[in-house]
Amino acid sequence: MTLAADPAALDLRTQATALMRRKRIGSMMLPVGVLVYLVYALISFDVLGLLGRASTENAATLLSDTWSYKTHVTRDNRSGAVSYAVEGERKGEYPEGMHPDFVTEDGETTITDLGDGHIVTFSPDGVSYDIPGYGLVTANPGRSGVQATFPEGDLPDWINASGNRVAITTDAGRLTITRNRSEVFHYSAGWELFFFTLDSPYHGMGVADLASRAMGGETSQIFDDFWNNTMWRHGDVAWALVETVLMAFLGTFGAAIVALPLAFLAARNFTPLKVVRFGFRRVFDFLRGTDALIWTVVLSRAFGPGPLTGALAILLTDTGSFGKMFSEALENTDGKQIEGIASTGAKPVQRYRFGVIPQVTPVFLSQILYFFESNTRSATIIGAITGGGIGLLLTQAMITQKDWEEVSYYIILVIALVFAMDSFSGWLRRKLIKGD
Amino acid sequence: MPDIEIIHDRYMEHTRRKRLYGGMLLAVFVALMAGGFMTADARNAGGFWDGLGAIFDFPAGVISEAVEKAHTLPATMLEYLPALVETVNIAAVATLIGAGGGIVLSMLATRGLARWPRAIPLFRRIMDVMRAVPEIVIALVLIFVLGGGPVPAMIAIAFHTIGALGKLFSEVNENASLKPVEGLESVGARWAQRMVLGVMPQVAPNYLSYALLRFEINIRASAILGFVGAGGIGYELKNAIAWGIGRYDQAAAIFILLFLTIVVVDQLSSHLRDLLTHGRKKEMLA
Repeated sequence: MTLAADPAALDLRTQATALMRRKRIGSMMLPVGVLVYLVYALISFDVLGLLGRASTENAATLLSDTWSYKTHVTRDNRSGAVSYAVEGERKGEYPEGMHPDFVTEDGETTITDLGDGHIVTFSPDGVSYDIPGYGLVTANPGRSGVQATFPEGDLPDWINASGNRVAITTDAGRLTITRNRSEVFHYSAGWELFFFTLDSPYHGMGVADLASRAMGGETSQIFDDFWNNTMWRHGDVAWALVETVLMAFLGTFGAAIVALPLAFLAARNFTPLKVVRFGFRRVFDFLRGTDALIWTVVLSRAFGPGPLTGALAILLTDTGSFGKMFSEALENTDGKQIEGIASTGAKPVQRYRFGVIPQVTPVFLSQILYFFESNTRSATIIGAITGGGIGLLLTQAMITQKDWEEVSYYIILVIALVFAMDSFSGWLRRKLIKGD
Repeated sequence: MPDIEIIHDRYMEHTRRKRLYGGMLLAVFVALMAGGFMTADARNAGGFWDGLGAIFDFPAGVISEAVEKAHTLPATMLEYLPALVETVNIAAVATLIGAGGGIVLSMLATRGLARWPRAIPLFRRIMDVMRAVPEIVIALVLIFVLGGGPVPAMIAIAFHTIGALGKLFSEVNENASLKPVEGLESVGARWAQRMVLGVMPQVAPNYLSYALLRFEINIRASAILGFVGAGGIGYELKNAIAWGIGRYDQAAAIFILLFLTIVVVDQLSSHLRDLLTHGRKKEMLA
């Protein structure tokens, strides 16, 4: 008797095949469904339109500003006065009589070396730009216009010229000439004036020189000049970082302190009264459901912008989360230990202290530290909304759309901070839970 | 008897020292909390004690206005429904992409499953970095480059989600049995086939459970990112609040929508997760 001949077996086989087919179709449905949903999202988010609108110019500015800075060499064409300023900002201006290394001053003539043979000369006779591989561009800006002369042939597209304005953008730098002003942008790698601004006597000093001066008793002045650097404001940035951590710290641990007693009231094995339990659970649900966003908005109305508002918003949301998690952990405690303590004649408070707390402490601590870690990240964004901490500095620097090197600096600091908090809380967790 | 006395003395000394350390730790903690509170209070625009009295002013204003305009409230809520859908969509797409990326990264970072075992530390580090970068940083940079809208928020949340889920998934992977993988390898399956056919069926319920939890978190993140300019209900909330008194019913409508969404998703996902972990047990026992 073969299997195929047996009608019962044949039936079984068709059933099995049908089942397999159904299962295969079923397992196909999930990826197809996900794909359909993603296509819908692609359309509803208008991704194609967005790609069209995306500004590659912005991206390029962001990238180049991140690793380089520009120095403006500006001449007032009427008075002939030349000034130098880092990023064209007043706080980055070179003091009278000082000039960057790439500039040579020779009487009335100022020669700016942009590197790779690109030389821009400001002289009483006019402005000239020697571009290797193209030729010499000269201009004599004055009342009647820029009056520029170019080498023979059509103008390349990196030169933009009209009667009143000439702009030349090369890989080495940029020259703009108008009737009243001639300006050269010189690009250099790095973050400008990161340690000392130009008005500090310590600007441009080597590490060894600084160290010897520090030994000589100038440590506090050196530190002061660095800390109050007007360009980078290291002191303010450090405070912002402290504020961010403070928000996370106060919020997380405050929430834990508030939630701990409440969790006992919401745990089945500690509160026999169902009404009380139900009530506290709904309170936790409400606190959690009203998101940190809503709490932040509501609280900043009462307390104004600042780190305290952020801390309270984190505290309220996390009280809900901790209350829920703690009460679940309390429900999972082992009753035998409590019975054992009770059998020695312990009073209720002692029963909790020696029977319950040692059981739940490791669980609670690890949850609290995990939240502390993730709240450091949340504090950045809450700070951006309430106006406190590094989040505020980050959004401010972004809004001006100018100081991208500062944006990169803050981003690096935020990531470093989160990393540091991660490893710190991991270390603490190991120390407190596994150690002693 | 002296033996016992020595032990007793040592025990008491040990306990005393432990208590001392515990007390010191507590004192440091209390000092930190108090000092931190005072610092935060000093650096806040409004003081804590002044604010405490005014804490209900804004909610009261919102509620009274909402009650006053109760008859139009459902219509207002309906008006903001598309923004809410956008917020949920941001979270959902980010969770899907994050889960996809997380699955691949987690498998590349699990011992026994990795395609290139030597590169395991590298992939772990990548996940750590992705997890550490706060969403707002990526969102703000992308808003500058791409312009405002849901896509920057979605990418930012997805990036973070890949790292966060990747770590959780790789913990799940460590508990997966390697036997099916070896079996598939013996019949000549490629790496991708081994992962999809040998590992995925074992870990799918746990993956799903973590992804649901993440979805919940991502809805909150997507709402909050909207507030800094990334579209969705957060953006509408910012506008509604900026309008001020007279338009608070709009804010109330958004509060209610957001609250309901979070609670519903929270309940739904916890129910589903319960089913995924306990339902299976019941099935197996039956």
